[in-house]
Amino acid sequence: MREELLAVIEKNSRMDLKELAVILGVEEIDVVNELAALEAEGVICGYHTLINWEKTSIDKVTALIEVRVTPQRGQGFDSIAERIYKYPEVRSVYLISGGYDLMVILEGKSLREVSSFVSDKLSTLETVLSTATHFILKKYKDHGTVFSQKKEDEREMITP
Amino acid sequence: MRNPLADKVVEIKPSGIRKFFDIVSEMKDAISLGVGEPDFDTPWHIRDEGIYALEKGKTFYTSNSGLRELRQEICHYLKRKQGISYRWNDQVLITVGGSEAIDIGLRAMLNPGDQVLIPQPSYVSYEPCTILAGGVPVTIPLKGENEFRLTAKELEDAITDKTKVLILPFPNNPTGAIMEQKDLEAIAEVVIKHDIFVMSDEIYSELTYKEKHVSIASLPGMQERTVLINGFSKAYAMTGWRLGYACGPKEMIEQMTKIHQFAIMCAPTTSQYAAVEALKNGDADVEEMRTAYNQRRRFLMNAFREMGLECFEPYGAFYVFPCIKEFGMTSDEFATRFLEEEKVAAVPGTAFGDCGEGYLRISYAYSLEKLKVAVGRLERFVKKLRAEQGRQNP
Repeated sequence: MREELLAVIEKNSRMDLKELAVILGVEEIDVVNELAALEAEGVICGYHTLINWEKTSIDKVTALIEVRVTPQRGQGFDSIAERIYKYPEVRSVYLISGGYDLMVILEGKSLREVSSFVSDKLSTLETVLSTATHFILKKYKDHGTVFSQKKEDEREMITP
Repeated sequence: MRNPLADKVVEIKPSGIRKFFDIVSEMKDAISLGVGEPDFDTPWHIRDEGIYALEKGKTFYTSNSGLRELRQEICHYLKRKQGISYRWNDQVLITVGGSEAIDIGLRAMLNPGDQVLIPQPSYVSYEPCTILAGGVPVTIPLKGENEFRLTAKELEDAITDKTKVLILPFPNNPTGAIMEQKDLEAIAEVVIKHDIFVMSDEIYSELTYKEKHVSIASLPGMQERTVLINGFSKAYAMTGWRLGYACGPKEMIEQMTKIHQFAIMCAPTTSQYAAVEALKNGDADVEEMRTAYNQRRRFLMNAFREMGLECFEPYGAFYVFPCIKEFGMTSDEFATRFLEEEKVAAVPGTAFGDCGEGYLRISYAYSLEKLKVAVGRLERFVKKLRAEQGRQNP
């Protein structure tokens, strides 16, 4: 039940418990217990909402920043990553393979705000060797959801 | 000028669905619960393979039997999924949908006057194809109390000395009924005893929600007298690609291939290449779709229970077949009023056979969101009808 439950709520976290129980074919109490267990184990880390901010009047700019660092003795990359992710404007921090070490996703109100953050707060860290900033110009698909127009049902209305 | 048309053809009743289709098309914002095809797009990797085949210029005829690789993959698939072994070179034919396989299968097997047993309610094509092939359709009306499964007794009672073929359409459209191992064993015994042949339409074989689908062809003594028909429309959401297949004894497939060769040449080449990809790498997609259908099925059954609408639990295909006898009107009347008053289209059970009277076919090839809206309207309608009859709601 666990995999199916996770697959459903990953796409739709707003489904109520009763409905979840019905479509999974289990009792409501089982769903409640399983969700509690998943939260306690840190498998479920949050119930967020996917928003296309471009359709609002609120300005948001997102940037992907590749960061090269010198790893700390005895701690590897973890303490550097922690230093970076403590900032609320940092949305994501990943340790990646390839030419750079960390991938940081940053959100700000404007290009200038993001650039200032990189130059004042990120590049200045003593462990940071270099950064490469890429601004997101357009989001086509995010977290598995395509942002363009909803597709119409093109099937014939009735078929045998 | 004299009449150009064949009497036999003119006499065939047009599909009961047609009338409904015409009414629904006129309505602006009707929700239709009446489709017989998946709401999913064909998985991208399969579409991609089809596109690639076109780009590479694979636009010629394939062999009449179909692409060798596809026939081989089908044999692997059937062995893997159902434990049945067929020889790819002379026991498999790739057809234009399961529909063509049904048609040419009957044409290959029927001498004038041969009877074909057709359990109903079932898919609309079996009767007309039997007539067109010169055979005589004999209906076996299935019963709600048997969960619309075919019993050995019903079969035995319907057999005459003219019976040639039994059509076995399970998982079933429109009832959603399945036949389990024990049900099939009972049927096989009667079939073998009377030396008749089976056309097993298993197009919904991937969409079962209890045990894995069992084909009658896998039972002892049955493979040599069964034409197994399946395809890609429902399992892989490839309805428009028009691709199916028939597997059976060499003699039968040989004759079917002969008709196919003259009437069709070969099934669409692009579709055949895409289907190879589907069989090789499509398991995960099928599983995902099946899981989604199952969730919707549970949702509907629960909704019916809550509004006190009688419906046996179906374990196959993507249809539910609730009973509307309590309202004292025909399926046609119910469906028409439901459409006019709530703007929801569902197909009356009678479109699939006279014994479908008193039932409604509701398809769950729709998103949960759409189903929720439709169910809300059904509940409202049911409550209204009960109030008209002066009855209580549960």
